[in-house]
Amino acid sequence: MSEADLLALRVTLTLSAITTGVLLLLGTPLAWWLARTRSRLAVLVEAVVALPLVLPPTVLGFYMLVALGPQGPIGSTLQALGLHHLAFTFEGLVVASTLYSLPFMVQPLKDAFAAVGTRLLDAAATLRAGPWDSFFTVVAPMARRGFLTAITLTFAHTVGEFGVVLMVGGNIPGETRVLSIAIYDHAEAMDYASAHVLAGGLLAASFLLLVLVYAVNRRYRMVHV
Amino acid sequence: MSIAARFRLQWPDFVLDVDLTMPGRGVTVLFGHSGSGKTTLLRLVAGLERCDDGRLVINDEIWQDHGRFLPTHRRALGYVFQDAALFPHLSVRANLEYGMQRVRHAMDQESLDHVVDLLGIEHLLQRRPEQLSGGERQRVAMARALALKPRLLLMDEPLAALDLQRKREILPYLERLHDELDIPVLYVTHSPDEVAQLADHLVLLEQGSVRAAGTVSELMARLDLPLARDEAAESIIETVVAGHDDKYHLTHLDFRGGRFAVGRLQRAVGRGARVRIHARDVSIALKEHRDSSIVNILHATVQQLAPLNDWQMVVRLGLGPEAAIPLLARITRRSADLLELVPGKAVYAQVKSVVLAD
Repeated sequence: MSEADLLALRVTLTLSAITTGVLLLLGTPLAWWLARTRSRLAVLVEAVVALPLVLPPTVLGFYMLVALGPQGPIGSTLQALGLHHLAFTFEGLVVASTLYSLPFMVQPLKDAFAAVGTRLLDAAATLRAGPWDSFFTVVAPMARRGFLTAITLTFAHTVGEFGVVLMVGGNIPGETRVLSIAIYDHAEAMDYASAHVLAGGLLAASFLLLVLVYAVNRRYRMVHV
Repeated sequence: MSIAARFRLQWPDFVLDVDLTMPGRGVTVLFGHSGSGKTTLLRLVAGLERCDDGRLVINDEIWQDHGRFLPTHRRALGYVFQDAALFPHLSVRANLEYGMQRVRHAMDQESLDHVVDLLGIEHLLQRRPEQLSGGERQRVAMARALALKPRLLLMDEPLAALDLQRKREILPYLERLHDELDIPVLYVTHSPDEVAQLADHLVLLEQGSVRAAGTVSELMARLDLPLARDEAAESIIETVVAGHDDKYHLTHLDFRGGRFAVGRLQRAVGRGARVRIHARDVSIALKEHRDSSIVNILHATVQQLAPLNDWQMVVRLGLGPEAAIPLLARITRRSADLLELVPGKAVYAQVKSVVLAD
Protein backbone atom coordinates (compact mmCIF):
# COMPACT_ATOMS: atom_id res chain seq x y z
CA MET A 1 0.00 0.00 0.00
CA SER A 2 1.21 3.46 -0.83
CA GLU A 3 1.75 6.22 1.72
CA ALA A 4 -1.41 7.94 0.42
CA ASP A 5 -3.50 4.79 0.80
CA LEU A 6 -2.29 4.29 4.38
CA LEU A 7 -3.32 7.84 5.12
CA ALA A 8 -6.74 7.15 3.61
CA LEU A 9 -7.01 4.04 5.80
CA ARG A 10 -6.19 6.11 8.88
CA VAL A 11 -8.79 8.75 8.01
CA THR A 12 -11.37 6.04 7.38
CA LEU A 13 -10.78 4.28 10.70
CA THR A 14 -10.72 7.55 12.67
CA LEU A 15 -13.91 8.74 11.02
CA SER A 16 -15.67 5.43 11.66
CA ALA A 17 -14.56 5.25 15.28
CA ILE A 18 -15.62 8.82 16.04
CA THR A 19 -18.92 8.43 14.22
CA THR A 20 -19.67 5.21 16.10
CA GLY A 21 -18.82 6.88 19.41
CA VAL A 22 -20.99 9.90 18.69
CA LEU A 23 -23.86 7.70 17.55
CA LEU A 24 -23.60 5.52 20.64
CA LEU A 25 -24.09 8.63 22.78
CA LEU A 26 -26.89 10.11 20.66
CA GLY A 27 -28.51 6.94 19.37
CA THR A 28 -28.91 5.18 22.73
CA PRO A 29 -31.26 7.75 24.28
CA LEU A 30 -33.08 8.14 20.96
CA ALA A 31 -33.56 4.37 20.64
CA TRP A 32 -34.66 4.21 24.28
CA TRP A 33 -37.24 6.91 23.71
CA LEU A 34 -38.51 5.22 20.55
CA ALA A 35 -38.78 1.86 22.31
CA ARG A 36 -40.76 3.24 25.25
CA THR A 37 -42.79 6.21 24.05
CA ARG A 38 -46.46 6.19 23.22
CA SER A 39 -46.20 9.61 21.59
CA ARG A 40 -47.56 9.99 18.08
CA LEU A 41 -44.42 11.91 17.24
CA ALA A 42 -42.55 8.63 17.33
CA VAL A 43 -43.79 7.68 13.86
CA LEU A 44 -42.28 10.82 12.37
CA VAL A 45 -39.02 10.40 14.23
CA GLU A 46 -38.74 6.78 13.14
CA ALA A 47 -39.30 7.76 9.53
CA VAL A 48 -36.59 10.42 9.75
CA VAL A 49 -34.19 7.94 11.33
CA ALA A 50 -34.84 5.43 8.54
CA LEU A 51 -34.51 7.97 5.70
CA PRO A 52 -30.77 7.35 5.09
CA LEU A 53 -31.64 3.71 4.32
CA VAL A 54 -33.66 4.67 1.25
CA LEU A 55 -32.23 8.00 0.09
CA PRO A 56 -29.40 8.05 -2.44
CA PRO A 57 -26.33 9.08 -0.45
CA THR A 58 -25.80 11.92 -2.87
CA VAL A 59 -29.13 13.47 -1.90
CA LEU A 60 -28.23 13.42 1.78
CA GLY A 61 -24.71 14.57 0.93
CA PHE A 62 -26.01 17.41 -1.18
CA TYR A 63 -28.24 18.79 1.56
CA MET A 64 -25.50 18.33 4.13
CA LEU A 65 -23.09 20.22 1.91
CA VAL A 66 -25.55 23.08 1.57
CA ALA A 67 -26.31 23.14 5.31
CA LEU A 68 -22.72 22.87 6.46
CA GLY A 69 -21.26 25.24 3.87
CA PRO A 70 -20.58 28.96 4.39
CA GLN A 71 -24.05 29.96 3.14
CA GLY A 72 -25.95 27.19 4.93
CA PRO A 73 -27.71 27.56 8.29
CA ILE A 74 -25.13 25.52 10.20
CA GLY A 75 -22.05 26.74 8.37
CA SER A 76 -23.03 30.41 8.57
CA THR A 77 -23.86 30.13 12.27
CA LEU A 78 -20.46 28.62 12.92
CA GLN A 79 -18.81 31.40 10.98
CA ALA A 80 -20.78 34.03 12.89
CA LEU A 81 -19.36 32.46 16.07
CA GLY A 82 -15.87 32.94 14.66
CA LEU A 83 -15.44 29.28 13.67
CA HIS A 84 -14.88 27.68 10.31
CA HIS A 85 -17.76 26.29 8.26
CA LEU A 86 -17.79 22.50 7.87
CA ALA A 87 -17.88 21.90 4.12
CA PHE A 88 -14.86 19.87 2.92
CA THR A 89 -13.59 19.28 6.48
CA PHE A 90 -13.14 16.18 8.60
CA GLU A 91 -15.60 17.56 11.16
CA GLY A 92 -18.15 17.99 8.41
CA LEU A 93 -17.64 14.35 7.49
CA VAL A 94 -18.30 13.32 11.09
CA VAL A 95 -21.57 15.23 11.13
CA ALA A 96 -22.66 13.81 7.78
CA SER A 97 -21.67 10.22 8.69
CA THR A 98 -23.53 10.48 11.96
CA LEU A 99 -26.73 11.25 10.13
CA TYR A 100 -26.04 8.74 7.39
CA SER A 101 -25.39 5.85 9.82
CA LEU A 102 -28.10 6.79 12.30
CA PRO A 103 -30.49 3.92 11.44
CA PHE A 104 -27.75 1.34 11.82
CA MET A 105 -27.28 2.37 15.46
CA VAL A 106 -30.87 3.19 16.40
CA GLN A 107 -32.81 0.28 14.93
CA PRO A 108 -30.93 -2.64 16.53
CA LEU A 109 -30.87 -0.79 19.86
CA LYS A 110 -34.56 0.01 19.67
CA ASP A 111 -35.42 -3.63 19.03
CA ALA A 112 -33.15 -4.77 21.85
CA PHE A 113 -34.66 -2.27 24.31
CA ALA A 114 -38.19 -3.21 23.31
CA ALA A 115 -37.35 -6.87 23.93
CA VAL A 116 -36.36 -6.12 27.53
CA GLY A 117 -39.95 -5.02 28.16
CA THR A 118 -41.38 -3.14 31.11
CA ARG A 119 -41.74 -5.99 33.61
CA LEU A 120 -38.09 -6.05 34.61
CA LEU A 121 -37.99 -2.27 34.82
CA ASP A 122 -40.97 -2.39 37.18
CA ALA A 123 -39.15 -5.04 39.20
CA ALA A 124 -35.99 -2.92 39.31
CA ALA A 125 -37.98 0.10 40.50
CA THR A 126 -39.53 -1.92 43.34
CA LEU A 127 -35.97 -2.94 44.26
CA ARG A 128 -35.02 0.74 44.67
CA ALA A 129 -33.24 1.21 41.35
CA GLY A 130 -33.82 4.64 39.83
CA PRO A 131 -34.19 5.08 36.06
CA TRP A 132 -30.44 5.50 35.31
CA ASP A 133 -29.52 2.71 37.68
CA SER A 134 -31.94 0.26 36.10
CA PHE A 135 -30.83 1.26 32.61
CA PHE A 136 -27.22 0.42 33.33
CA THR A 137 -27.81 -2.64 35.51
CA VAL A 138 -30.77 -4.27 33.78
CA VAL A 139 -31.42 -2.86 30.31
CA ALA A 140 -27.85 -2.47 29.09
CA PRO A 141 -26.68 -5.98 30.09
CA MET A 142 -29.81 -7.54 28.65
CA ALA A 143 -29.47 -5.54 25.42
CA ARG A 144 -25.77 -6.32 25.01
CA ARG A 145 -26.34 -8.26 21.80
CA GLY A 146 -28.20 -5.28 20.42
CA PHE A 147 -25.31 -3.00 21.35
CA LEU A 148 -22.80 -5.33 19.72
CA THR A 149 -24.84 -5.48 16.51
CA ALA A 150 -25.48 -1.74 16.46
CA ILE A 151 -21.85 -0.79 17.05
CA THR A 152 -20.55 -3.22 14.42
CA LEU A 153 -23.07 -2.26 11.76
CA THR A 154 -22.52 1.45 12.38
CA PHE A 155 -18.76 1.10 12.19
CA ALA A 156 -18.80 -1.09 9.09
CA HIS A 157 -21.37 1.10 7.36
CA THR A 158 -19.33 4.23 8.01
CA VAL A 159 -16.19 2.53 6.65
CA GLY A 160 -18.11 1.77 3.49
CA GLU A 161 -19.71 5.13 2.79
CA PHE A 162 -18.89 6.90 -0.43
CA GLY A 163 -21.50 9.23 -1.84
CA VAL A 164 -21.97 11.33 1.26
CA VAL A 165 -18.24 11.68 1.73
CA LEU A 166 -17.71 12.69 -1.85
CA MET A 167 -20.37 15.39 -1.62
CA VAL A 168 -19.54 16.80 1.81
CA GLY A 169 -15.84 16.08 2.18
CA GLY A 170 -14.40 16.07 -1.29
CA ASN A 171 -11.06 14.37 -1.63
CA ILE A 172 -8.49 16.06 0.60
CA PRO A 173 -5.65 13.68 1.55
CA GLY A 174 -5.24 13.29 5.31
CA GLU A 175 -8.48 15.18 5.91
CA THR A 176 -11.40 13.78 3.97
CA ARG A 177 -9.91 11.23 1.59
CA VAL A 178 -11.23 7.88 2.81
CA LEU A 179 -10.66 4.35 1.47
CA SER A 180 -13.73 4.19 -0.73
CA ILE A 181 -12.64 7.38 -2.47
CA ALA A 182 -9.10 6.12 -2.83
CA ILE A 183 -10.45 2.99 -4.55
CA TYR A 184 -12.49 5.18 -6.88
CA ASP A 185 -9.40 7.24 -7.68
CA HIS A 186 -7.34 4.13 -8.44
CA ALA A 187 -10.01 2.72 -10.71
CA GLU A 188 -10.39 6.06 -12.50
CA ALA A 189 -6.62 6.12 -13.03
CA MET A 190 -6.76 2.53 -14.35
CA ASP A 191 -4.49 1.47 -11.44
CA TYR A 192 -6.43 -1.78 -10.88
CA ALA A 193 -3.65 -3.37 -8.84
CA SER A 194 -3.93 -0.72 -6.10
CA ALA A 195 -7.72 -0.77 -6.32
CA HIS A 196 -7.66 -4.56 -5.85
CA VAL A 197 -5.53 -4.28 -2.71
CA LEU A 198 -7.91 -1.79 -1.07
CA ALA A 199 -11.16 -3.28 -2.32
CA GLY A 200 -10.14 -6.84 -1.48
CA GLY A 201 -8.87 -5.76 1.91
CA LEU A 202 -12.12 -3.94 2.69
CA LEU A 203 -14.20 -6.90 1.55
CA ALA A 204 -12.25 -9.38 3.65
CA ALA A 205 -12.20 -7.15 6.73
CA SER A 206 -15.93 -6.43 6.58
CA PHE A 207 -16.75 -10.09 6.07
CA LEU A 208 -14.58 -11.19 8.99
CA LEU A 209 -16.08 -8.55 11.26
CA LEU A 210 -19.63 -9.64 10.49
CA VAL A 211 -18.78 -13.32 10.90
CA LEU A 212 -17.30 -12.51 14.29
CA VAL A 213 -20.37 -10.58 15.42
CA TYR A 214 -22.85 -13.19 14.27
CA ALA A 215 -20.78 -15.94 15.89
CA VAL A 216 -20.70 -14.09 19.20
CA ASN A 217 -24.42 -13.34 19.04
CA ARG A 218 -25.20 -16.95 18.31
CA ARG A 219 -23.15 -18.10 21.28
CA TYR A 220 -24.93 -15.67 23.59
CA ARG A 221 -28.23 -17.01 22.40
CA MET A 222 -27.22 -20.60 22.99
CA VAL A 223 -25.80 -19.98 26.43
CA HIS A 224 -28.48 -17.71 27.82
CA VAL A 225 -31.77 -18.49 26.15
CA MET B 1 -50.92 1.98 61.88
CA SER B 2 -53.02 1.97 58.76
CA ILE B 3 -52.97 2.29 55.01
CA ALA B 4 -55.16 5.00 53.53
CA ALA B 5 -55.60 4.83 49.78
CA ARG B 6 -57.81 6.96 47.60
CA PHE B 7 -57.49 6.76 43.83
CA ARG B 8 -59.65 7.96 41.00
CA LEU B 9 -58.47 6.90 37.60
CA GLN B 10 -60.11 7.12 34.21
CA TRP B 11 -58.71 5.16 31.31
CA PRO B 12 -60.51 4.82 27.99
CA ASP B 13 -61.78 1.33 28.82
CA PHE B 14 -61.54 1.27 32.59
CA VAL B 15 -62.52 3.38 35.56
CA LEU B 16 -61.19 2.91 39.06
CA ASP B 17 -62.65 4.78 41.99
CA VAL B 18 -61.45 3.58 45.35
CA ASP B 19 -61.36 5.08 48.83
CA LEU B 20 -60.03 2.61 51.36
CA THR B 21 -58.55 2.40 54.80
CA MET B 22 -56.75 -0.85 55.36
CA PRO B 23 -55.16 -2.12 58.57
CA GLY B 24 -51.46 -1.46 59.04
CA ARG B 25 -50.73 -5.08 59.82
CA GLY B 26 -51.74 -8.54 58.71
CA VAL B 27 -52.63 -9.75 55.24
CA THR B 28 -55.22 -7.75 53.36
CA VAL B 29 -56.43 -9.60 50.30
CA LEU B 30 -57.68 -7.63 47.32
CA PHE B 31 -60.17 -10.00 45.82
CA GLY B 32 -62.10 -9.82 42.58
CA HIS B 33 -62.52 -11.11 39.06
CA SER B 34 -60.12 -10.15 36.32
CA GLY B 35 -60.93 -6.62 35.28
CA SER B 36 -62.08 -5.68 38.79
CA GLY B 37 -59.07 -3.41 39.19
CA LYS B 38 -57.24 -5.31 41.91
CA THR B 39 -53.89 -5.42 40.14
CA THR B 40 -54.25 -1.80 39.03
CA LEU B 41 -54.90 -0.82 42.64
CA LEU B 42 -51.79 -2.68 43.74
CA ARG B 43 -49.71 -0.99 41.02
CA LEU B 44 -51.08 2.39 42.09
CA VAL B 45 -49.99 1.68 45.65
CA ALA B 46 -46.54 0.76 44.34
CA GLY B 47 -46.36 3.87 42.17
CA LEU B 48 -45.91 1.72 39.05
CA GLU B 49 -49.12 3.25 37.75
CA ARG B 50 -49.80 6.94 38.13
CA CYS B 51 -53.05 8.73 38.64
CA ASP B 52 -53.20 12.42 39.40
CA ASP B 53 -56.29 12.24 41.55
CA GLY B 54 -54.96 10.15 44.37
CA ARG B 55 -53.76 10.07 47.93
CA LEU B 56 -51.79 7.34 49.63
CA VAL B 57 -50.59 7.30 53.23
CA ILE B 58 -48.77 4.28 54.62
CA ASN B 59 -48.54 4.33 58.41
CA ASP B 60 -48.26 8.14 58.54
CA GLU B 61 -45.84 8.36 55.63
CA ILE B 62 -47.26 10.19 52.62
CA TRP B 63 -46.46 8.43 49.36
CA GLN B 64 -48.85 10.40 47.21
CA ASP B 65 -50.91 13.51 47.69
CA HIS B 66 -52.00 16.25 45.33
CA GLY B 67 -48.88 17.28 43.48
CA ARG B 68 -46.64 14.99 45.51
CA PHE B 69 -45.65 11.66 44.09
CA LEU B 70 -42.93 9.53 45.58
CA PRO B 71 -41.46 7.48 42.72
CA THR B 72 -41.54 3.70 43.13
CA HIS B 73 -37.82 3.39 43.80
CA ARG B 74 -38.12 5.68 46.82
CA ARG B 75 -41.00 3.76 48.40
CA ALA B 76 -40.09 1.32 51.18
CA LEU B 77 -42.01 -1.55 49.66
CA GLY B 78 -41.45 -5.06 48.45
CA TYR B 79 -43.31 -6.32 45.38
CA VAL B 80 -43.80 -9.90 44.24
CA PHE B 81 -44.93 -10.11 40.62
CA GLN B 82 -47.23 -12.74 39.21
CA ASP B 83 -44.45 -14.13 37.02
CA ALA B 84 -41.66 -13.48 39.55
CA ALA B 85 -39.83 -11.06 37.20
CA LEU B 86 -36.39 -12.28 38.21
CA PHE B 87 -33.48 -10.72 36.32
CA PRO B 88 -32.47 -13.37 33.79
CA HIS B 89 -28.92 -12.07 33.45
CA LEU B 90 -28.19 -12.48 37.16
CA SER B 91 -27.81 -15.53 39.39
CA VAL B 92 -30.36 -16.18 42.11
CA ARG B 93 -27.93 -14.80 44.69
CA ALA B 94 -27.33 -11.65 42.63
CA ASN B 95 -31.09 -11.26 42.27
CA LEU B 96 -31.45 -11.37 46.05
CA GLU B 97 -28.64 -8.87 46.51
CA TYR B 98 -29.82 -6.45 43.81
CA GLY B 99 -32.26 -4.66 46.06
CA MET B 100 -30.23 -5.11 49.24
CA GLN B 101 -27.36 -3.14 47.73
CA ARG B 102 -29.69 -0.22 47.16
CA VAL B 103 -31.25 0.25 50.59
CA ARG B 104 -29.58 1.60 53.67
CA HIS B 105 -31.17 -0.82 56.12
CA ALA B 106 -31.39 -4.10 54.29
CA MET B 107 -31.50 -7.43 56.03
CA ASP B 108 -28.33 -8.54 57.76
CA GLN B 109 -26.80 -11.84 56.68
CA GLU B 110 -28.39 -13.74 59.53
CA SER B 111 -31.94 -12.61 58.74
CA LEU B 112 -31.35 -13.25 55.04
CA ASP B 113 -30.14 -16.76 55.81
CA HIS B 114 -33.29 -17.25 57.84
CA VAL B 115 -35.56 -16.12 54.98
CA VAL B 116 -33.60 -18.21 52.48
CA ASP B 117 -34.04 -21.15 54.81
CA LEU B 118 -37.72 -20.43 55.43
CA LEU B 119 -38.39 -20.36 51.70
CA GLY B 120 -36.19 -23.36 51.05
CA ILE B 121 -34.00 -21.82 48.35
CA GLU B 122 -30.47 -22.17 49.70
CA HIS B 123 -29.60 -24.87 47.17
CA LEU B 124 -30.63 -22.56 44.31
CA LEU B 125 -28.42 -19.56 45.06
CA GLN B 126 -25.82 -20.27 42.36
CA ARG B 127 -28.34 -21.02 39.65
CA ARG B 128 -29.78 -18.81 36.97
CA PRO B 129 -33.51 -18.01 36.93
CA GLU B 130 -34.06 -20.00 33.71
CA GLN B 131 -32.94 -23.14 35.55
CA LEU B 132 -35.65 -22.82 38.20
CA SER B 133 -39.16 -24.21 38.25
CA GLY B 134 -42.09 -21.80 38.48
CA GLY B 135 -42.53 -22.45 42.19
CA GLU B 136 -38.84 -21.95 42.89
CA ARG B 137 -38.85 -18.68 40.97
CA GLN B 138 -41.76 -17.40 43.03
CA ARG B 139 -39.97 -18.30 46.27
CA VAL B 140 -36.85 -16.46 45.12
CA ALA B 141 -39.00 -13.45 44.18
CA MET B 142 -40.48 -13.44 47.69
CA ALA B 143 -37.06 -13.63 49.32
CA ARG B 144 -35.82 -10.84 47.03
CA ALA B 145 -38.68 -8.58 48.15
CA LEU B 146 -38.33 -9.45 51.84
CA ALA B 147 -34.56 -8.89 51.83
CA LEU B 148 -35.22 -5.15 51.54
CA LYS B 149 -36.99 -5.17 54.90
CA PRO B 150 -39.92 -3.34 53.30
CA ARG B 151 -42.51 -1.51 55.34
CA LEU B 152 -45.22 -2.84 53.06
CA LEU B 153 -45.28 -6.05 51.06
CA LEU B 154 -47.30 -6.17 47.84
CA MET B 155 -48.05 -9.49 46.18
CA ASP B 156 -49.73 -9.71 42.80
CA GLU B 157 -51.27 -13.17 42.37
CA PRO B 158 -48.00 -14.85 43.27
CA LEU B 159 -49.54 -18.29 42.81
CA ALA B 160 -51.70 -17.70 39.74
CA ALA B 161 -49.14 -18.85 37.19
CA LEU B 162 -48.53 -22.13 39.02
CA ASP B 163 -50.25 -25.47 38.73
CA LEU B 164 -52.04 -26.98 41.69
CA GLN B 165 -49.04 -28.97 42.85
CA ARG B 166 -46.74 -25.93 42.82
CA LYS B 167 -49.38 -23.96 44.66
CA ARG B 168 -49.46 -26.59 47.37
CA GLU B 169 -45.69 -26.39 47.49
CA ILE B 170 -45.67 -22.62 48.08
CA LEU B 171 -48.68 -22.08 50.32
CA PRO B 172 -46.98 -23.46 53.44
CA TYR B 173 -44.12 -20.99 52.90
CA LEU B 174 -46.61 -18.16 52.57
CA GLU B 175 -48.32 -19.20 55.75
CA ARG B 176 -45.03 -19.31 57.60
CA LEU B 177 -44.29 -15.82 56.31
CA HIS B 178 -47.71 -14.73 57.42
CA ASP B 179 -46.96 -15.89 60.94
CA GLU B 180 -43.53 -14.26 61.10
CA LEU B 181 -44.02 -10.98 59.27
CA ASP B 182 -45.00 -7.94 61.22
CA ILE B 183 -45.52 -5.69 58.22
CA PRO B 184 -48.76 -5.17 56.34
CA VAL B 185 -49.22 -7.28 53.21
CA LEU B 186 -51.50 -6.43 50.31
CA TYR B 187 -52.20 -9.63 48.42
CA VAL B 188 -54.04 -9.77 45.12
CA THR B 189 -55.85 -12.96 44.17
CA HIS B 190 -59.01 -14.32 42.60
CA SER B 191 -58.71 -17.64 44.38
CA PRO B 192 -61.13 -18.25 47.29
CA ASP B 193 -58.71 -20.88 48.60
CA GLU B 194 -55.96 -18.33 49.05
CA VAL B 195 -58.41 -15.98 50.74
CA ALA B 196 -59.40 -18.68 53.21
CA GLN B 197 -55.83 -19.61 53.96
CA LEU B 198 -54.07 -16.27 54.07
CA ALA B 199 -56.40 -13.34 54.50
CA ASP B 200 -56.93 -11.45 57.71
CA HIS B 201 -58.79 -8.69 55.96
CA LEU B 202 -60.56 -8.67 52.69
CA VAL B 203 -61.34 -6.02 50.11
CA LEU B 204 -63.86 -7.06 47.48
CA LEU B 205 -63.43 -5.21 44.21
CA GLU B 206 -65.97 -5.08 41.42
CA GLN B 207 -65.51 -3.13 38.20
CA GLY B 208 -63.06 -0.71 39.66
CA SER B 209 -64.81 0.04 42.92
CA VAL B 210 -64.93 -1.42 46.41
CA ARG B 211 -67.95 -3.61 46.96
CA ALA B 212 -67.07 -4.34 50.60
CA ALA B 213 -64.14 -4.34 52.98
CA GLY B 214 -63.68 -5.91 56.41
CA THR B 215 -62.36 -8.91 58.29
CA VAL B 216 -62.30 -12.09 56.27
CA SER B 217 -64.63 -14.05 58.55
CA GLU B 218 -67.20 -11.26 58.45
CA LEU B 219 -67.14 -10.71 54.70
CA MET B 220 -67.25 -14.39 53.85
CA ALA B 221 -70.42 -14.69 55.86
CA ARG B 222 -72.23 -11.67 54.41
CA LEU B 223 -75.22 -12.98 52.55
CA ASP B 224 -75.40 -9.91 50.32
CA LEU B 225 -71.95 -10.66 48.91
CA PRO B 226 -71.06 -13.28 46.30
CA LEU B 227 -68.63 -15.23 48.52
CA ALA B 228 -71.41 -16.54 50.79
CA ARG B 229 -73.48 -17.55 47.78
CA ASP B 230 -70.76 -19.43 46.04
CA GLU B 231 -71.00 -23.19 45.62
CA ALA B 232 -67.86 -23.42 47.79
CA ALA B 233 -69.02 -20.92 50.43
CA GLU B 234 -67.35 -21.44 53.77
CA SER B 235 -66.81 -19.89 57.18
CA ILE B 236 -63.51 -19.09 58.80
CA ILE B 237 -63.03 -19.28 62.55
CA GLU B 238 -59.91 -18.48 64.52
CA THR B 239 -59.36 -20.96 67.34
CA VAL B 240 -56.73 -21.86 69.91
CA VAL B 241 -55.43 -25.36 70.60
CA ALA B 242 -56.95 -26.24 74.00
CA GLY B 243 -55.68 -29.76 74.44
CA HIS B 244 -55.17 -33.17 72.91
CA ASP B 245 -57.17 -36.31 73.49
CA ASP B 246 -54.64 -39.12 73.34
CA LYS B 247 -57.18 -41.90 73.63
CA TYR B 248 -59.13 -40.96 70.49
CA HIS B 249 -56.33 -39.01 68.79
CA LEU B 250 -58.27 -35.79 68.72
CA THR B 251 -57.32 -32.18 69.25
CA HIS B 252 -59.67 -29.72 70.91
CA LEU B 253 -59.85 -26.24 69.43
CA ASP B 254 -61.48 -23.52 71.51
CA PHE B 255 -63.03 -20.29 70.34
CA ARG B 256 -65.48 -17.85 71.80
CA GLY B 257 -68.42 -19.76 70.42
CA GLY B 258 -67.50 -23.17 71.74
CA ARG B 259 -65.12 -26.03 71.01
CA PHE B 260 -64.30 -28.18 67.99
CA ALA B 261 -62.78 -31.61 68.07
CA VAL B 262 -60.63 -32.44 65.07
CA GLY B 263 -58.15 -35.16 64.17
CA ARG B 264 -54.91 -34.96 66.16
CA LEU B 265 -52.82 -31.88 65.18
CA GLN B 266 -49.09 -31.58 65.57
CA ARG B 267 -49.48 -28.27 67.30
CA ALA B 268 -48.74 -27.16 70.87
CA VAL B 269 -51.46 -26.19 73.32
CA GLY B 270 -52.05 -22.43 73.25
CA ARG B 271 -51.15 -21.99 69.61
CA GLY B 272 -53.62 -20.51 67.17
CA ALA B 273 -55.37 -22.51 64.47
CA ARG B 274 -57.58 -21.17 61.73
CA VAL B 275 -60.29 -23.53 60.59
CA ARG B 276 -62.51 -23.57 57.51
CA ILE B 277 -66.00 -24.95 57.58
CA HIS B 278 -67.89 -25.47 54.34
CA ALA B 279 -71.48 -24.27 54.41
CA ARG B 280 -72.56 -27.61 52.92
CA ASP B 281 -71.01 -29.41 55.92
CA VAL B 282 -73.20 -27.57 58.41
CA SER B 283 -76.73 -28.74 59.19
CA ILE B 284 -79.25 -27.28 61.59
CA ALA B 285 -81.25 -29.02 64.31
CA LEU B 286 -83.73 -27.72 66.85
CA LYS B 287 -82.64 -30.19 69.54
CA GLU B 288 -79.19 -31.27 70.57
CA HIS B 289 -78.87 -34.72 69.03
CA ARG B 290 -76.35 -36.56 71.15
CA ASP B 291 -77.41 -39.75 69.44
CA SER B 292 -75.69 -38.86 66.17
CA SER B 293 -72.15 -39.52 65.00
CA ILE B 294 -71.53 -35.84 64.51
CA VAL B 295 -68.93 -34.68 67.01
CA ASN B 296 -69.17 -30.96 66.68
CA ILE B 297 -72.51 -29.56 67.77
CA LEU B 298 -72.74 -25.91 68.79
CA HIS B 299 -75.32 -23.51 70.18
CA ALA B 300 -76.24 -21.03 67.52
CA THR B 301 -78.70 -18.29 66.70
CA VAL B 302 -80.26 -17.85 63.28
CA GLN B 303 -79.34 -14.40 62.03
CA GLN B 304 -80.30 -14.24 58.39
CA LEU B 305 -81.58 -16.41 55.58
CA ALA B 306 -81.22 -16.03 51.86
CA PRO B 307 -82.34 -18.17 48.95
CA LEU B 308 -79.51 -19.72 46.97
CA ASN B 309 -81.38 -21.44 44.13
CA ASP B 310 -84.69 -23.18 43.55
CA TRP B 311 -84.25 -25.66 46.34
CA GLN B 312 -81.49 -24.42 48.65
CA MET B 313 -80.99 -21.63 51.14
CA VAL B 314 -77.98 -20.27 52.90
CA VAL B 315 -78.42 -19.51 56.58
CA ARG B 316 -76.17 -17.30 58.58
CA LEU B 317 -75.83 -18.47 62.16
CA GLY B 318 -74.20 -16.61 65.02
CA LEU B 319 -72.06 -18.49 67.53
CA GLY B 320 -70.95 -17.49 71.01
CA PRO B 321 -71.94 -14.51 73.14
CA GLU B 322 -73.95 -11.95 71.17
CA ALA B 323 -73.77 -14.44 68.32
CA ALA B 324 -70.67 -12.55 67.22
CA ILE B 325 -69.01 -15.35 65.28
CA PRO B 326 -70.69 -16.10 61.96
CA LEU B 327 -71.17 -19.60 60.58
CA LEU B 328 -72.83 -20.39 57.26
CA ALA B 329 -75.10 -23.36 56.73
CA ARG B 330 -76.53 -24.54 53.43
CA ILE B 331 -79.85 -26.34 53.80
CA THR B 332 -82.86 -27.09 51.62
CA ARG B 333 -85.75 -24.64 51.50
CA ARG B 334 -87.95 -27.47 52.65
CA SER B 335 -85.89 -27.87 55.85
CA ALA B 336 -85.98 -24.16 56.49
CA ASP B 337 -89.78 -24.26 56.35
CA LEU B 338 -90.08 -27.44 58.41
CA LEU B 339 -87.82 -26.06 61.16
CA GLU B 340 -89.55 -22.66 60.92
CA LEU B 341 -86.23 -20.89 60.83
CA VAL B 342 -86.50 -17.15 61.40
CA PRO B 343 -83.92 -14.63 62.56
CA GLY B 344 -83.43 -14.80 66.32
CA LYS B 345 -84.35 -18.47 66.66
CA ALA B 346 -82.03 -20.57 68.86
CA VAL B 347 -80.80 -23.74 67.11
CA TYR B 348 -77.98 -26.27 67.11
CA ALA B 349 -75.40 -26.21 64.37
CA GLN B 350 -74.11 -29.66 63.46
CA VAL B 351 -70.71 -29.41 61.87
CA LYS B 352 -69.73 -32.46 59.89
CA SER B 353 -66.23 -31.45 58.92
CA VAL B 354 -63.71 -28.94 60.22
CA VAL B 355 -60.64 -28.30 58.08
CA LEU B 356 -57.46 -26.71 59.29
CA ALA B 357 -56.64 -23.70 57.11
CA ASP B 358 -53.14 -22.75 58.17
